[in-house]
Amino acid sequence: MVGSYKKGSAAKTPALGLRALALIVLSVLLMFLDQRDGHLDAVRQTIGAAVYPLQVTVDAPARLWNWMRARSASRNHLQLENSRLKIESLVSKGQIQELAALRAENDRLRALLDARERVRGEVRVAAIMAVDANPYRHNIVLDIGRRHGVYDGQTIIDANGVVGQVIETGLLTSQAILISDPDHALPVEVSRNGLRTIAFGTGEFDRLDLPFLPNNADIRSGDLLTTSGLGGAFPPGYPVAVVGMVNRIPQEPFADVVATPAAALNQVREVMLIWHQPAADEPEPAAAETPDGQDE
Amino acid sequence: MSNGARIPYLSVLGTLIVALMLTMMPLPEAAEAFRPDWLALVLIFWVMMLPRAISVGVAWMAGIVLDVAQGTLLGQHALALCVVAAITARFHLQMRVFPVSQMTATVLALLGLYQFLLFWINGVAGVTAPAVHYWGPLLTGTILWPILSVMLSGIRYRTPAGA
Repeated sequence: MVGSYKKGSAAKTPALGLRALALIVLSVLLMFLDQRDGHLDAVRQTIGAAVYPLQVTVDAPARLWNWMRARSASRNHLQLENSRLKIESLVSKGQIQELAALRAENDRLRALLDARERVRGEVRVAAIMAVDANPYRHNIVLDIGRRHGVYDGQTIIDANGVVGQVIETGLLTSQAILISDPDHALPVEVSRNGLRTIAFGTGEFDRLDLPFLPNNADIRSGDLLTTSGLGGAFPPGYPVAVVGMVNRIPQEPFADVVATPAAALNQVREVMLIWHQPAADEPEPAAAETPDGQDE
Repeated sequence: MSNGARIPYLSVLGTLIVALMLTMMPLPEAAEAFRPDWLALVLIFWVMMLPRAISVGVAWMAGIVLDVAQGTLLGQHALALCVVAAITARFHLQMRVFPVSQMTATVLALLGLYQFLLFWINGVAGVTAPAVHYWGPLLTGTILWPILSVMLSGIRYRTPAGA
């Protein structure tokens, strides 16, 4: 065995360094192109399609476990859950009726103020695949992709609030960044008084930082933060986080404010993707028609 | 076993795929930072054993697939794995005769280099991550190496090459 290798390695050693160097240069080139902009989307998608079966396989045990748990739930438990859900649905329906009235009222008031209407987009439910993506980031993999109409930058919410946004779309899966990622920033406003600021991820699932609030800012513990819609990436009005601790340090220019995300970022398994039309093409007709109506 | 010319391509491919799946497998949040660099460990073993067939090219391709699977910068893991494979291939004869303790120390150094390259590229690209994500895998990877190398040897010598 050793003999056969000695021959081979002696013959190959000179080429090894060269080959390694060529591949390193190629890697650097790839990284450069990838960092600059999406020149390599096609490459990613091709290889991504090959990785897809592996992702499904890795996800399978978790899926199987959930399925078995659903199957083996006792009749008693199911009945209890059923009645609980019925009550919940009834309560929600009641609230929705109220919502319809409120929405009509809101539209009327907005028309009076000449403000443009709020667009509520289409929604689709996606499952988070039990696949760990990038270890350096808070990323998740969703089980729907470009084929289902997912696009880059799309907003993701769960039942309680904003979860994150899509950063990369494959054909059948897509990757999303959570709002808790250290590199993620999200324009928010305090729902109580409309104070605008930016919420940064910290790398911890239960904490967002609000570093740009001056010491005299009107913010207190318990305030609800919603998306402000500024920047255009997120539709306005979705709950993001609840302010936890506000620490005003007299000698520092900015207060130390920490918030807890409304969405259960590390527990969700199903999320909703929102198709919201960019607000830019909406205002023209609305703004053009309402003044006419009021002049007459 | 005596004719080492037969390369157990199937086992190599199989173990690499399993390593990739272990890398993607969900872990509890606390264990997340301590996920070993499965792909790097398996590649070090195969390059050490079969440096002619499994070398920088295979390592590079595995790295590209890992980059796509994890959504990292395309070429990041490819570069790091390629460098690790090149060094392993260069010193494979020495590494093979090392006693376990010395070999584990060598693997620690290789994994350290691997993590350093990833850290460096992340720094240049402006990706920030907690430090534990860099030394955690180093710790678990080194602890795992002796067991993993025995298991992989078992796979290597039970496959068609010996039959």
